Amino acid sequence: MTNHWADIQNSDCIIIVGSNAAENHPVSFKWVTKAIEDNGATLISIDPRFTRSSAKAHIYAKLRSGTDIAFFGGMIRWVIKDIESHPEKYNMTYLTEYTNAAFLIDPEFKTAAELDGKFSGFVDEDGDGFGSYDKSTWKWQTDEDGVPLKDKSLQDPNCVFQLLKKQFERYDPDSVCGVTGTDRETFLRICETYAGLSGPAGNSGTIMYAMGTTQHTHGTQNIRSYAILQLLLGNIGVAGGGINALRGESNVQGSTDHCLLFHILPGYLNPPIATDTALQDHLDRVTAGFATSDPKSASWWLNYPKYYVSLLKSWYGNNATAENDFGYGWLPKLNPGQNYSHIALFEAMAEGTVKGLFCWGQNPAVGGPNAFAEREALQNLEWLVSVDLWETETCAFWQEPGVDPATIDTEVFVLPAACSYEKEGSIVNSGRWSQWRWKALDPPGEAMADLEIIKELMLQVIELYETEGGPGADAITKLRWKNWYDNPQRHYGAEDLVDLVSREINGFAETDLLNEDGSVWYREGELLESFGHLKADGTTSSSNWLYTQSYNRKDGNRQKWRDNTDYHPAGIGLYSKWAWCWPVNRRIIYNRASVDLDGKPWDEQDFVIRWTGDSWEGDVPDGGWPPMNVEGTRYPFIMKSEGFAHVFGPGRVDGPFPEHYEPLESPIINPLSGTQHNPTIVVWRPDEIADPRDYPIVCTTYRVTEHWQAGQMTRNLPWLVELMPQMFVEISEELAGELGIKNAELVTVESVRGKIQGVAIVTKRFKPFQLNGKIVHQIGVPWHWGFQGLCVGDSANKLSPYVGDANTMIPEFKAFLVRVKKGGS
Amino acid sequence: MTKAMLIDVSKCIACRACQVACKAWNDLPAEITVCAGCYDNPTDLSPDTWNRIAFWELERQGGGVDWVFRPVRCMHCTDAPCVRVCPTGALFKDSLGFTAYDESKCNGCGYCVEFCPFDIPRLKEANLWGKGTTTKCTFCQTRVRDGLIPACAKACPTGAITFGDRKDLIAEGTARAEKLKGDGFVDAALYGHDLLGGLGMMYVLTDKPSVFELPEHPTGGLAEVWQPWIQGLGSFAVGATALGLLINWLVARQNIKVEEE
Repeated sequence: MTNHWADIQNSDCIIIVGSNAAENHPVSFKWVTKAIEDNGATLISIDPRFTRSSAKAHIYAKLRSGTDIAFFGGMIRWVIKDIESHPEKYNMTYLTEYTNAAFLIDPEFKTAAELDGKFSGFVDEDGDGFGSYDKSTWKWQTDEDGVPLKDKSLQDPNCVFQLLKKQFERYDPDSVCGVTGTDRETFLRICETYAGLSGPAGNSGTIMYAMGTTQHTHGTQNIRSYAILQLLLGNIGVAGGGINALRGESNVQGSTDHCLLFHILPGYLNPPIATDTALQDHLDRVTAGFATSDPKSASWWLNYPKYYVSLLKSWYGNNATAENDFGYGWLPKLNPGQNYSHIALFEAMAEGTVKGLFCWGQNPAVGGPNAFAEREALQNLEWLVSVDLWETETCAFWQEPGVDPATIDTEVFVLPAACSYEKEGSIVNSGRWSQWRWKALDPPGEAMADLEIIKELMLQVIELYETEGGPGADAITKLRWKNWYDNPQRHYGAEDLVDLVSREINGFAETDLLNEDGSVWYREGELLESFGHLKADGTTSSSNWLYTQSYNRKDGNRQKWRDNTDYHPAGIGLYSKWAWCWPVNRRIIYNRASVDLDGKPWDEQDFVIRWTGDSWEGDVPDGGWPPMNVEGTRYPFIMKSEGFAHVFGPGRVDGPFPEHYEPLESPIINPLSGTQHNPTIVVWRPDEIADPRDYPIVCTTYRVTEHWQAGQMTRNLPWLVELMPQMFVEISEELAGELGIKNAELVTVESVRGKIQGVAIVTKRFKPFQLNGKIVHQIGVPWHWGFQGLCVGDSANKLSPYVGDANTMIPEFKAFLVRVKKGGS
Repeated sequence: MTKAMLIDVSKCIACRACQVACKAWNDLPAEITVCAGCYDNPTDLSPDTWNRIAFWELERQGGGVDWVFRPVRCMHCTDAPCVRVCPTGALFKDSLGFTAYDESKCNGCGYCVEFCPFDIPRLKEANLWGKGTTTKCTFCQTRVRDGLIPACAKACPTGAITFGDRKDLIAEGTARAEKLKGDGFVDAALYGHDLLGGLGMMYVLTDKPSVFELPEHPTGGLAEVWQPWIQGLGSFAVGATALGLLINWLVARQNIKVEEE
C-alpha cells in the first residue's frame, strides 16, 4: 500500500476492484464503513460476481474476468476528455509538476493504438506471436544537460498526456462494454462519480486491489492502469488516496520486503547475475539506471551501494572485506534472462533438473496453478521437506487417492512448525507496518518456530560443507552464522535469537564510527537510527535497509510500540506510535505530492504534511527538502531517477502504457486490436490452451471469508468447516437453466487440464455477459479444498493454466476456460 | 440500567465472526453440515448454534441484484412470551433486561419454542417426557456481568453489532435509520424498540422487516392468555396432567417434524 488500512477512512470515493475486501480482508471494512458513515464516501465495487463487498457498495459494476485494462483504459479516456473540457475540475498542477504527463517522448515511439496492439520495438524472433521489446524508443527527450524536456501545456503531440490520449482513444464506452460486459450506463456513472469525487484538488479516492488484479497475464499492467488513473486525478500521496494492494496473508508484505521472491534481495535490491562478475560491475549496472543530471532530482536509489554492502556485511560479518568485494563473489548468481519463478521451478522438477524441494508454509499441491501437474512434478523429486502446521496435500502427495505410493521414490520429511501464536516476532501488514507479536503459548510436541528450524538446519549444513567441501562452499562456510546464532551469549546485548535477528535487520555499526571531530558517533554494535547512516565501506551492516530505524539505539524495538493515540495534527489516523512502518515510519508515501509548490496542502483539513516556513509538520515527509518553490528542493517522487511519477512507465517489459489483451484462454477475439494475448508472456505448455468452442465458459478462482488459502489451517478447524463444509461452484441462474442444473446438486467443471466436482450454488450474483451481442457465461470456484484434513474436496487449481504475468510471472489463476456439466465426475 | 444490542445491517458484511465467536465463548461444538446451495450454514438455529447469519439474494427494481444479511438470535423481548409461558421459572427477565434462563430449572416442556414469535429457542434432545432443556442466546451474561461486552459484539469488525444502554442505542439507531433514508434506503427503520415492550436486540434495517424475515407485529399470541394459569399450575403439574401430556405431545410432534426435515 502507498497508504495504510486506517487511512481508508479519509477517502471520498473507494473503488474495490480485483479484490473482495469484505470477504477476504473483513477488518478493512471497519475503515471502509467509517469512510461511508463519517466521511460520506461513495463505495464502488467492480467484480465479475456480486460479492459481500458489492453488497455494501453504492455502485456495482460487473466485468468479465481479465478485462480491467479495458475498463480502466475507458475511465482514463473519459478523464482525459473531461480534463480537456473542464481543467478547472482537476488538479492540473499535480499533473504537470509531479507526474511525467508533460514529458516529451522520443518521436519514434509508437503507441499500441498505432501498431495494432503492440508498442514500438516488438521483436518476435521465431514468429510464434510472442517475443520481447527493444525499448530504445521508450524514452523521453532530454536537453543538453540530460534533463527531460517538458510541455506543461500538455499540447505537444509527443508529450505523455497526448500519447496517453492516443493510446486510449479506442476505449470508448461502447467498445469498453463490448469487452467487459458492463452496462454502459453503470460504466459511465462510475467514470463520472470517481472523477467527480476524487479529481478536484483537496479530494481523494482510493483503489483497493488484490489478486483479482494481479493474477493475470497482464496483471502488472492492470495495476498500471489504476495507477495512471490515480495520477491523472492527483490521488497519490494524499490522505484517503493511493494505490493499495490488499495483501493476501498477514505477513506477505514482510516476506516480500525480505525477499521471498526470486528476483529480489531484501529491501528490493537486485540479485547478482552471472555477468556482474565483480561487486562494482553490479553496483555500476544498477545505479546507471538511476543516474540523473537534474539537481532537483533526489533519485534515492543512487544510495544502492550503501544498502548492498551493508547487506553483504550482515551476511558475512568480518569475513566480508573491501578486498574480497564484501563476499559478493560467494553469492550464487542468476543466469541473465532465466526464469526462476514458481512455474519454472515446477517445470524443472517435472524435467528432473530440480531434485529437492523445501516447502515452507506453502501447499502448491492445492495452491499452485495446474495443481495436478504440480503434484506429478513432486513425484520426480528425490526429497521433499515440508515445514508446516499440518500434513498438507503437498506433504502427502504420494498418498493422494488414486496415486500408487509404490511407484514414487521421493523421500518426504515433515518438520512441524509453530503457528503464529506459538512464537515471537514481527509481522508486516499491507500498510507496511511492522508489528511485534508475542508468544501466547508453547508449540505442541516437537514443533519449533521457523527461525529456530532454519538456524538449526543451517548449522548442520555449514558443518557438512566444512567437513566435505563442495562447489560454492564459501557461500555457506563464510556466513556469520556459526558461533553467532548458536552462541548463548547473544551479541551486543541481544536477548534471544529473534531479538538478535531483528537488530540485524535494522543494522548496526560494525566498528566504532567517529564524527568528524573524532568523537564517537556509533560504538561497535550500536543500532543505527536511519538508513541515511548506512555506509558502502563495510563499516555498517543491515540485512534490510528499509527497516533501518525499526530497532534503533534511541527508541529500542519500535515494532513493539502500542500507543494508539493519533499524534497527527490533522487527526488523519496515522497512529505514528503504533508499531513502526517502513520507510522511516512514513505512513503515507509520496506525501510531498500532497502539497502545492509552496508546501500548502491540497486538502487543508485532512492534510498529510504541511510546510510551516522552515520545516514540515505532520507525517514524516519524503525527504526533508523544502517545497518546490524554495531553494534546495527535490521533486516528490524520489524513487524515480527523474523525480516524477510515471504516467509513461518504460520500466515494464510489456509496454510503457497498459493495453488490453485477452487472457491466454478467452471466449472472444480481442475487439480492441489484432493482438490477442500479451505478446511478452511465456507460454509453458502451448498444447494446454483451451479452444473456446469446447470450453466456452469463463472461470475464475477466489477465496471465502471462512477459509484460508490452501485450507490446511481452516479445513482442520471444525467451527470453520461448519460454515463452509464443501467445495462449491457458483453458477448464474441463466447458465444453470441452460444446463438443467438445480441448486445444491453436484456439478462437474472441466478445463483442458483437469476436472473437478463441487456443489452448485445457483445464484443471482453471477449474470451472463453481453459482449457485442454474444452471451458469455462466467462461473467461480473457491480454491481452498484438497484431499487432506477434516473437510476434503476437489482442488480448483486442477483447472487453472500454466502461464503467468509477463513482468512478475504470477500465474493466471483468475481467468481461464471451462465447460460445466450436471452431475458429479 | 437496561442493556441492549443494536445490529446495523447496513454495516454487516456477513463475515460470520459473530457466529464463530458465539460458539467459541459458549463452548458450542461445530455441527456436521453440507453446502445447501447457499452461504448460510448451519441453515437453522439449533442447541449448538445460537447465532447465525442469514443471507438473502434479492432482485432489485430495475434489474439489479442485492444481497442482504442479518444475524439471527434471541431478541430478548422485554415482554417475552417465553418467560410468560415457562412453567418452572427457568426463563426469566434479569435486571439488565436480558431474557435469561436457568438450565437447572428447565424441564424441557418446550412451551418457549412454541410461543416464541421469532422462532428462536431450540430444545436439546427433547423426548416425550420432556427431558431436553431449552437453549438460546444468553446475551453473554457471563461476560457482561464481568464488565465485558458480548462475544459477538466484540468480534464484529465493522461495528455492525454494538452493545450499550438501551435508551442510547434507540437514539443511535433512530439517527442511523434517518441517515440511511437520506442515502436512498427509503424503507430504512429502527426495528424492535417498540415491539413486545421493547426488544433487547434491535436492528437498523435497510429495508422492510419482511425482507429480513422479521414479523412486522410480533405478539406473544396465546401466551398472554395462558400465562396466569400455566404458571399457576407450577412445575410439578407439568407432565402429570392431561393438559401437560397433550402439550408435550404437540411439542414432541414438532421435534419429530424438525428431525424429518
